[in-house]
Amino acid sequence: MADRKVVLMQGNEACVEGAIIAGMRFYAGYPITPSTEIAEISAAKLPRIGGMFIQMEDEIASISAVIGASLAGKKAMTATSGPGFSLKQEGIGYAIIAEVPCVIVNVQRGGPSTGMPTAPAQGDVMQARWGTHGEHSIITLYPSTVKEVLYTTIRAFNLAEKYRTPVILLMDEVIGHMREKVELPNPSDIEIYNRKKPTCKPNEYMPYRVKNGDIVPEMASIGDGYRWHVTGLVHDETGFPTNDSNIAETLIKRLVGKIENNLDDIVQYEEYKLDDADEVIIAYGSTARSVKAAIDILRSKGKKIGLFRPITIWPSPKKQIKELAEKVNRITVIEMNLGQYYLEVDRIAGKYTEVAKFGRVNGELISPKDIISFLEEG
Amino acid sequence: MKYREFRLTGSGGQGLILAGIILAEAALLDGKNVIQSQAYGPEARGGASKAEVIISDKEINYPKIEECDLLLALTQKAYDKYINTLKADGILIADDSVKLDIDSNSDIKVYSLPILATASEKIGKPMVTNMVALGTILAITDVVSQESLENAVLSRVPKGTESLNKQALVEGINLVKKEKRIDSYETC
Repeated sequence: MADRKVVLMQGNEACVEGAIIAGMRFYAGYPITPSTEIAEISAAKLPRIGGMFIQMEDEIASISAVIGASLAGKKAMTATSGPGFSLKQEGIGYAIIAEVPCVIVNVQRGGPSTGMPTAPAQGDVMQARWGTHGEHSIITLYPSTVKEVLYTTIRAFNLAEKYRTPVILLMDEVIGHMREKVELPNPSDIEIYNRKKPTCKPNEYMPYRVKNGDIVPEMASIGDGYRWHVTGLVHDETGFPTNDSNIAETLIKRLVGKIENNLDDIVQYEEYKLDDADEVIIAYGSTARSVKAAIDILRSKGKKIGLFRPITIWPSPKKQIKELAEKVNRITVIEMNLGQYYLEVDRIAGKYTEVAKFGRVNGELISPKDIISFLEEG
Repeated sequence: MKYREFRLTGSGGQGLILAGIILAEAALLDGKNVIQSQAYGPEARGGASKAEVIISDKEINYPKIEECDLLLALTQKAYDKYINTLKADGILIADDSVKLDIDSNSDIKVYSLPILATASEKIGKPMVTNMVALGTILAITDVVSQESLENAVLSRVPKGTESLNKQALVEGINLVKKEKRIDSYETC
């Protein structure tokens, strides 16, 4: 059969490749460095496969169009960087409460505000978790290689469909722009998850009732013939707004619970040289690459050190981090910010072991040399 | 592998990022692991431009280059900025318009070659500067095979310019062949 093709691919390119394999047929966005190639390539590819690309007037319009497309039954994505991610928060909250599957990519650059457009950063880690207002949970994935961008984008769509929720794909300028070897998968080998649609008669459809054994309500597409009210207000099973305190509490707890109660399915991570490690680094995205290089050097000097790399950064791998903390003498969180994920790791691990942090905000990828000198000199 | 880290520098518009991509794709065709990245200013032309390629038999984790094994410098500005990032025993390929200040005791292998002039005068197309430069890199190092480099060039250049680009590559190779400093160069 068709040979599996090995290609040199940019991170942003791999994101589009994965999205299309996952079934993306709609993209709306407002291009911004360092994510622009995602819009460019989507614009080139989608019309050729029956999809649609729209360059919107701004980021709020982009996320709104994506939500609309998803409600109409299309798998939809938008991509941006920090400044646009701030603007999309309103729509992300709407997609959470209305349970609209979609994927939002944020290729991070230096901030705050327009910051450093062509320089990498990891300053939006907490914004991904708490950027939109109100009590909620969110799934955020963060790949570390170009190949992983491809597969993680597919996974982002699958999780969005399965849990009927927006999924944030975080990247950074390094991963977005570097080119690396990727073996393209045979699409038929890839597992694709599609939202479950109702089979009942249209007049019996309760758009926000979860059937026994299901995680989320069945989702009719606008135009399928099912009447359905979609709102950002707290709503009952019919989809119409309510101020009933019991219904409100039940709804919000269900929305949070559908994610927080399925961590084993959602949480993904990599362990690197952890078996005999008495010291652990936690890092994600491009920084984790530098950490691996540093670990290889430190190991050659006899240091028993390893890496724990969350790929699902939200919800955080609480169970795994706690287990690590009980085993090792020190956990150091290394990230291109001044200690955002450190807060989460310290919350989980601080009772059991020493938790340290090392961060940079100079617009450069932290180097293995920096890491080694921090660990050796403290 | 002796040489694994390449830094191609010059000014925007010289096609160095494309040259980096082509070098990386050639290495990929040879079955190597590779990472290509770049840095550039907001200008479309004239600003400083830098493309980096790491080629290795092993997995590459850290995607950036600190000290490079080979530095290509097509402009004085690029040379002045990046010469200190070349390893003590690295290879420098500079356009012959660049004034060099390499210490005579240095272990750096220096190739000062008329890359820009070959493209603009001999071939008559300044836009193939990057291909001439790739030809010199191919002839000086054996980091990729000539066949893979040619295939990578042909798959990336616009239709109708294949023979022009291939000619430029060959001119680059010939520049090195003429250079007396090469002792061990055999193939091509």
